[in-house]
Amino acid sequence: MSFLQHDVPLSWYLLLSAVLFSLGVIGFLIKRNLITVFMSIELMLNAVNLSFVAFAYQWHEVRGQIFVLFVMMVAAAEAAVGLAIIIAVFRARATLAVDRIDLMKL
Amino acid sequence: MHLILFFLFAGFCLAGAINLLLQTHPINSALSLIVVMTSLAVLYLLLGAEFLAIAQIIVYAGAVMVLFTFVVMLLNAGREERTLGSRAALPIGFPAVVALLAVLATILLRAQGLGAVRLGDRLTNAPGQSNLVVLSQVLFHELLLPFEVTSVLILIAILGAVALARADGSKMGGAERTAEK
Repeated sequence: MSFLQHDVPLSWYLLLSAVLFSLGVIGFLIKRNLITVFMSIELMLNAVNLSFVAFAYQWHEVRGQIFVLFVMMVAAAEAAVGLAIIIAVFRARATLAVDRIDLMKL
Repeated sequence: MHLILFFLFAGFCLAGAINLLLQTHPINSALSLIVVMTSLAVLYLLLGAEFLAIAQIIVYAGAVMVLFTFVVMLLNAGREERTLGSRAALPIGFPAVVALLAVLATILLRAQGLGAVRLGDRLTNAPGQSNLVVLSQVLFHELLLPFEVTSVLILIAILGAVALARADGSKMGGAERTAEK
């Protein structure tokens, strides 16, 4: 079974990361719900993390993995603040549709 | 084995991401995003990043997504309405995304010097040093200051989230008081 012994080229991981990033961008463009748009941003962050880990593997450089750790921490903070903002917006507008949230001021 | 695991979890990843786009209810999108993040954790394991795989599951698939589902349920978000807007997204956005993906794919597939991923490869060749040891040595010696600054950042983010999400005390109290009267 030589098929089972095969190694995976690193470019496939990077390609997967690029596809996930593009799907995140598409989601950002077509979704009309504030929370789902935010989820698409998280998807893009995850795609970038995957390419960081892949390059860390390629160059045997542990700082790539540490950078991913920092991205995770900042993304967690960003998610907390972003969702708090979404709650505040919902309280002011009573809607989550991005089309209806087009003014900073009530 | 590696090939099968890669295709299985890359497939899960892509299926989850596409499902995120197709679902109209935010809670379904959130659940498919959890699938994406968990399969990404497996891919991290294949790439020799054990610590990040566990952190991915705990931080992303656990904490962040619990926050997301909690907010979706708290706000009682229904199906999204396909209304006006996004007229520019179709003619401009999609060609831009396709062009971006094409450029990235061309660069990645033509890049020289990208090796193959072998299961069980480690970041160092030093005997008796796992990836975790190397990672923690760098993180807690050279990068200690950024680490501490990030913890302060998270503290500030928690305070900011509480301050933003808290109902405005005077207004809310007043409304409740008038309601009681």
